[in-house]
Amino acid sequence: MSDLHTSPSGESHGSVSSYIIGFVLAVILTVVAFGVVMSHSLSPSGTLTALAVLAFVQVLVHLHYFLHMGSGSEQRWNNMCFFFAVGFVVILIIGTMFIMNNTAMHMMSR
Amino acid sequence: MLGRLSFSAIPLDVPILVGTFLGVAIIGLAVLGLITYYGKWGYLWKEWFTTVDHKRLAVMYVVLALVALFRGFADAIMMRTQLAMAYAGNPGYLPPHHYDQIFSAHGTIMIFFLAMAFMTGLFNFVVPLQIGARDVAFPFLNNLSFWMTAIAFILVNVSLFIGEFSQCGWLAYPPLSETQFSPGVGVDYYIWAIQLSGVGTLLTGVNFFVTIVKMRAPGMTWMRMPVFTWTAFCASILIMVSFPVLTVAVALLGLDRYFGMHFFTNDGGGNQMLYLSLIWAWGHPEVYILVIPAFGVFSEVVPAFSGKPLFGYGTMVYATCSIMVLSFIVWVHHFFTMGAGPDVNAFFGIATMIISIPTGVKLFNWMFTMYKGRVQFHACMYWAVGFMVTFTIGGMTGVMMAIPGADFVLHNSLFLIAHFHNVIIGGVYFGYICGMNFWFPKVMGFKMNETWGIRAFWFWFVGFYFAFVPLYVLGFDGMTRRMNHYDNPQWHVLMLIAEVGAVLILLGIVCQLTQLYVTIRDRNLPANRDVTGDPWNGRALEWSTSSPPPPYNFAIVPHVHELDAFMHDKENGIDTRGAGGPYAPIHMPKNTAAGFLVGAFSFIFGFAAVWYIWWLAALGLIGVIGTIIARSANKDIDYYIPAEEVARIENEHSRKLMAQAAE
Amino acid sequence: MAHDTTVQTAGHDEHHHESPVVFGFWVYLMTDCIIFGSLFAVFAVLHNQVNGGPSGRDLFEYKGLAEETALLLISSITYGFGMIAAHKNEISKVIMWLGVTFLLGLGFVGLELSEFAHMIHEGNGPDRSAFLSSFFTLVSTHGLHVTCGLIWIVTLIVQLMGTTEIPERMMSKLTCLSLFWHFLDIVWICVFTYVYLASMI
Repeated sequence: MSDLHTSPSGESHGSVSSYIIGFVLAVILTVVAFGVVMSHSLSPSGTLTALAVLAFVQVLVHLHYFLHMGSGSEQRWNNMCFFFAVGFVVILIIGTMFIMNNTAMHMMSR
Repeated sequence: MLGRLSFSAIPLDVPILVGTFLGVAIIGLAVLGLITYYGKWGYLWKEWFTTVDHKRLAVMYVVLALVALFRGFADAIMMRTQLAMAYAGNPGYLPPHHYDQIFSAHGTIMIFFLAMAFMTGLFNFVVPLQIGARDVAFPFLNNLSFWMTAIAFILVNVSLFIGEFSQCGWLAYPPLSETQFSPGVGVDYYIWAIQLSGVGTLLTGVNFFVTIVKMRAPGMTWMRMPVFTWTAFCASILIMVSFPVLTVAVALLGLDRYFGMHFFTNDGGGNQMLYLSLIWAWGHPEVYILVIPAFGVFSEVVPAFSGKPLFGYGTMVYATCSIMVLSFIVWVHHFFTMGAGPDVNAFFGIATMIISIPTGVKLFNWMFTMYKGRVQFHACMYWAVGFMVTFTIGGMTGVMMAIPGADFVLHNSLFLIAHFHNVIIGGVYFGYICGMNFWFPKVMGFKMNETWGIRAFWFWFVGFYFAFVPLYVLGFDGMTRRMNHYDNPQWHVLMLIAEVGAVLILLGIVCQLTQLYVTIRDRNLPANRDVTGDPWNGRALEWSTSSPPPPYNFAIVPHVHELDAFMHDKENGIDTRGAGGPYAPIHMPKNTAAGFLVGAFSFIFGFAAVWYIWWLAALGLIGVIGTIIARSANKDIDYYIPAEEVARIENEHSRKLMAQAAE
Repeated sequence: MAHDTTVQTAGHDEHHHESPVVFGFWVYLMTDCIIFGSLFAVFAVLHNQVNGGPSGRDLFEYKGLAEETALLLISSITYGFGMIAAHKNEISKVIMWLGVTFLLGLGFVGLELSEFAHMIHEGNGPDRSAFLSSFFTLVSTHGLHVTCGLIWIVTLIVQLMGTTEIPERMMSKLTCLSLFWHFLDIVWICVFTYVYLASMI
């Protein structure tokens, strides 16, 4: 966090080095994700898991280095909104898939 | 050039519509003529249409809601009359395609333009005053939200006279709403009205969320926040979370219709069940968006007229928040019969029943607030107590329908219709009218007439039971919803009773109009004037300022020491107003025409898109984007009210207070 | 409608030092996040409904996807450099970096459009199957957001030209656009992972 500055209004903004660190990490994660799929070195379910983990980590990298989300008290509400929205999206996606898969199974519609 | 639009789109062959059109045209021309005659266009434009003052926008929202009430109720009584006539071979007076448009328009208008607009009006008026703020966080967006709602309502009403409205019910389920079965413009009107008003509602949600998080007066911690503000906060969160899902669901339906995609079609791998899931992932939170603020109104009214603080403030807050969270995980109870297995249905059924627990907590809190209080039976209290009785019945029938097994019998029957009218009229409508009676003196500076208010209540209350208890019975008897005519003679007598109920409700509306008329006529009687700004011995900050409040709300931003901040100050002899100053200049937003212009261009865009007039739609869209860019370049958006002007307004109020105290 | 929330700063007074614009825009972005979440849910349900037509495995190509991803990633860091310049009040540098970001974003939209044109030309348009409907809708909603971002960048470049300092209101506009641009990047991570790569396994 030492390379992040916080302006008086509470929004922190990065420095050149923090952007470059974030960029390099993002490039590495993207390349690995492409490589895992293109090389076919893992089983299908293993590839999917690896992709999910890589995407999750890359989202965290972007949130930290580009969107400057942190744990400072002035960012509490930004973080709360974010986690609430993500929580709802998870409910919506998992709920929809639960309902639709179950319906498809019982109605033999697929 | 004109897309699908031609003269044949005007329904000259339907006498009811021609008559309605003539009526609307005559009244409309009369209103426009009067405004022109008295030279009020400039006043309306400068003081109202372009205003960014949350108090004025609140009034405009409530006026819009009342107009929507008339339109929606006219649809309702037409349906009841049709069903009172159309049995045993008699086709009634409304042919099916017209009847189907009426029930679709009734539902759409009552939810989106009566209930949502009324709720937003109450938010606008009360929330900034209750938290000691001078305006909302984004005053321009507030104005824009109003215009998006208003033009969407106009779009729905244009469909009466140019083309047709949707015949697919208020949620336009596919595949009926797909091009294959609804090739006309009706569903397109529906889609664009929902999308445009949805933009307004979403911005309202963001606006009030940010206002409540960032703009509370110093000292107002979360647990010192009035309950109405809490409910507005929870409803704003629900709006922000659920309206995007509605936007997506309706947009996908639109893509099916406009571009031949296959989201919900029968062919091409589409899945109409997905639409149900998405639309109810919005639709269930939506009913809580409506009813939670009504709970907030009662939580303000009941303590004020019981002379006691609210019983169980903390539990009220936690109950509101838990209802908010639970409302995300119950949406399947609207389509138990869709074919999902017992595991899905059991999960959502149980989650639904759990919601009744925090709701029950609230009811007991209101009753314990009244217990051993000095209850004054003001008109507001009639609506509140009427709500408690009616809403409890509606809640219990809701729990009945939450049992998946029972729902297989009751689904899409008139029992369902009776249930949701029971909670929407008995909960939402009673709540908002109660709030209107309660806060009217704060808005206008004079009290509403009580006699006519109580008469309106009794007609609504009794009329409600006459209109909807027969529907419960008919639902058990197997009558399904959206029937145009029926053969079973046993149903007829119940339909007649329901018609009587509709007429009683009509009388209730007439009483409400009379109440407004008498109120305005007698506004200068000393007994009706609200000089102190605190007519009910209120508890929250909105009662500490004058009625109507000055443009800046509070000359000196109040400091909050306790829950029920104003009551605390009164009991401890603290002058919340800080009369006498010293005053500082107050920073205010300037009025702007941008909201009106964006609304007008959006209307052009929506209308053109309905009729496939693509060049006009493009012009509308360019107008919207251009107006927003021009607005963002405008630097002249604020001004200061000088300290001398603030002092003059405040001293004037103090002088009136002293004059009244001397009498 | 992405610009709406940036427009207004009024209504605050002595005890509200912080302008609510950036926070309000963040909240708006969260609602946008739910729009994308809903579209992902739709894609998750419909991605196997190919209706006898091609599936993602038959249609998607690594090369175009890699190029699009690279353009968006680089545009993130160029926008970041623009923000750093803005905090130092170096307006000509801000305009330069915004211009670079604009060109990269334009390249992304161009690549995406040519990919779409190619698919539609081969008869695999959005009306071919439910899978393709959901694919086109999800990806082009992201593309539409990028396009809005491009319009917004041009607007800000024009407003910055000829000025000598960046007032608070302009700074918060730049910050909002920064949030918007980086947020679209995050959405793109989910798109290339779950829509493209996951179908190509």
